[in-house]
Amino acid sequence: MINVTIDNKQIQVPEGTTILKAARMAGIHIPTLCYFELAGMKFENKPGGCRVCVVEVTKDFNGRPRRNLAPACATDCVEGMEVLTHSARVINARRTVVELILSDHPTDCLTCAKSGNCELQSLAQYLGIRDIPFKGEQSHYRQDMSPSIVRDMDKCIMCRRCENMCNNVQTVGALSAINRGFSAVVAPAFEQDLVDSPCVMCGQCVQVCPVGALTEVDDTRNVMAAINNPKKTVIVNTAPATRVALGEEFGMPAGTIVTGQMAAALRRLGFDYVFDTDFTADLTIMEEGTELLGRIKKFMAGDKSVRLPILTSCCPGWVNFFEHNFPDMLDVPSTAKSPMQMFGAVAKNYWADKMGIKREDLVVVSIMPCLAKKYESKRKEFYKDGNPDIDYVLTTRELARLIKQFNLDLKDMPCEDYDDPLGESTGAAVIFGATGGVIEAATRTAYEVFTGKPLPKIDFTELRGMEGIRDAWVDFDGTPIHIGIAHGLSNARTLLQRVREGKEQFHAIEVMACPGGCVGGAGQPYHHGNSEIIKKRTEAIYREDLGKPIRKSHENPSIKKIYEEYFGEPCGHKSHELLHTHYFDKSEHVEISE
Amino acid sequence: MAVIKLSEAKVNFIKDVCKSYGNKPGEVINVLHKVQGEYGYLPAEIQELVAKELGIPVSRVYGIVSFYSFFTMTPKGEYPISVCLGTACYVRGAEKVLDELKRQLGINVGEVTPDGKFSLTCLRCVGACGLAPVIEVGDKVYGRMTPDRVKDVLAEYK
Repeated sequence: MINVTIDNKQIQVPEGTTILKAARMAGIHIPTLCYFELAGMKFENKPGGCRVCVVEVTKDFNGRPRRNLAPACATDCVEGMEVLTHSARVINARRTVVELILSDHPTDCLTCAKSGNCELQSLAQYLGIRDIPFKGEQSHYRQDMSPSIVRDMDKCIMCRRCENMCNNVQTVGALSAINRGFSAVVAPAFEQDLVDSPCVMCGQCVQVCPVGALTEVDDTRNVMAAINNPKKTVIVNTAPATRVALGEEFGMPAGTIVTGQMAAALRRLGFDYVFDTDFTADLTIMEEGTELLGRIKKFMAGDKSVRLPILTSCCPGWVNFFEHNFPDMLDVPSTAKSPMQMFGAVAKNYWADKMGIKREDLVVVSIMPCLAKKYESKRKEFYKDGNPDIDYVLTTRELARLIKQFNLDLKDMPCEDYDDPLGESTGAAVIFGATGGVIEAATRTAYEVFTGKPLPKIDFTELRGMEGIRDAWVDFDGTPIHIGIAHGLSNARTLLQRVREGKEQFHAIEVMACPGGCVGGAGQPYHHGNSEIIKKRTEAIYREDLGKPIRKSHENPSIKKIYEEYFGEPCGHKSHELLHTHYFDKSEHVEISE
Repeated sequence: MAVIKLSEAKVNFIKDVCKSYGNKPGEVINVLHKVQGEYGYLPAEIQELVAKELGIPVSRVYGIVSFYSFFTMTPKGEYPISVCLGTACYVRGAEKVLDELKRQLGINVGEVTPDGKFSLTCLRCVGACGLAPVIEVGDKVYGRMTPDRVKDVLAEYK
């Protein structure tokens, strides 16, 4: 431990602690901009580039004051150090730094998608900036829009958070700092469009962008137009993780469960039927669980053509990732569609037929914690005769904006139920929202189907947690089943690499692209690096599960009914037609020409 | 499936260069240096193959290529012309010579004439300050250049 004095407060910190962290331990707030940390998830961005966190070192290691101001995020404390975080000199420098950043930043806050959530805007307010004294050239770049993400690099402040996230946390490698000096910017290779790059649309770059340079594609107007069209029947389905995060946008503490209020608000927005993606999460378990058991049984019977482990395929960011990076393993993931795409297929076939609604008159909207879902809904294989199974995807944030525009407050909403039959779900479905949840839900069902016995305990706590890579052996009544879990794509890459090289064998692996799973998705309310928020949402997911009368997918009465009435059996002919999909090789190949 | 189209000779050369540096990601600058030395420039396909061989994202390779002015993505002409803009050449009118070259060739710095014959770049000091202003065409140095002499120099290569 070493002794440091910050703003005349004496504290002891472990060696290697930065001034910024030491100050935080002492309860002293040093403003930051480029700095970003997601504690416990191995993500710290400290390029020391913006100089907003500079402090005055009045006594350095040599007993003398340091001549230059030091960036608190990138300067380690030394024994006896004395630091001032808010001296006149510091405040002055900080203001100049922000004025300089603003001199090359559009001042269109009134119409910026990030307004109210922008860290640069907050900082300008905090420093009381009322004028930008520096006038000069401003950088201009071509706008780029993928199905999920809007890039407006005129607003980029070169904090490099997105680049760090894309390359180190996700190992996607779509974004890099390019060019030099004034024309430097973060972009895909050759400044190509994001959609032509290896981007998997996970959107974590959007989740960490401090300004409006990276934002989601806004579909709220399209949804309102559909609702206002009297010819259309507009139905909605809500992903598991949205119900534990939407409340934050209305001032509720992180981890507040707002399932009933969300359903009520959606009705008041004018949706004709309010359904739940949890219903098709249960359906996913039936299909994926059956596929898993089928593969395990064949494998045990000595069939060497069977590929194990089975990989979950609910996460569209993850699907894109393995299509780009593991083209040799395209037959390994489950062929089951994601719960959202199953919902679209069920709604536009089974339900539309049942209700006598023509496909083209039915509009299916999804509320998702995710940006990759916007892209997924536009994949060609999920269209029939030019009409998509899912018409629009709104993020949790977009839904919050719509609710506010309608002068509704979630806090005033009564708790209402989802509509039947596509609204009935179990506790197994809601845990899809947290890392480890899908495989736990699958295990609950697979155990009972495999052993023919009831589960001794429903909660598989060994599959839960926040470690990036986890594994557990689950005893299927004498048959040990090895399960792997990864969240965050760098962890997924590491785990898959081990499997590819034959270093480790699993029966099943769950992967979620976003840190924490869907609760930490890119469409969720901005967490601004506070990983406690992600943990609270996760706890809420398991509370919601615990409160459900039925907690195993195969016991969902509406699921039983849909198999009786329509699908026959899991992985049967009809299921394969509507509930399963296939994957594409999106990797780079060298071809000899000339 | 994205396809990188390159000739067999190029693929083999680039693979060999990467291999000679142990296919290490940290050697990317050395690899690019060697490859540009061979082909004169680094088109997208070459960067993609280098990225693939070294196991790094192509965005990072492009980040490096676009950062260092030494690396270029435009092919050099048959006769690459470099104009020295070092201090001595500059004060003795190198900019006027450059403007005349641009005018006569119809291209800007960093570009190639449509017939692929000439390309134009600038550099800082070739160590022939006594002859300032200096231009190079290929390996040949022309000293005491004036805008009037540009036409004659270019004529030598037509």
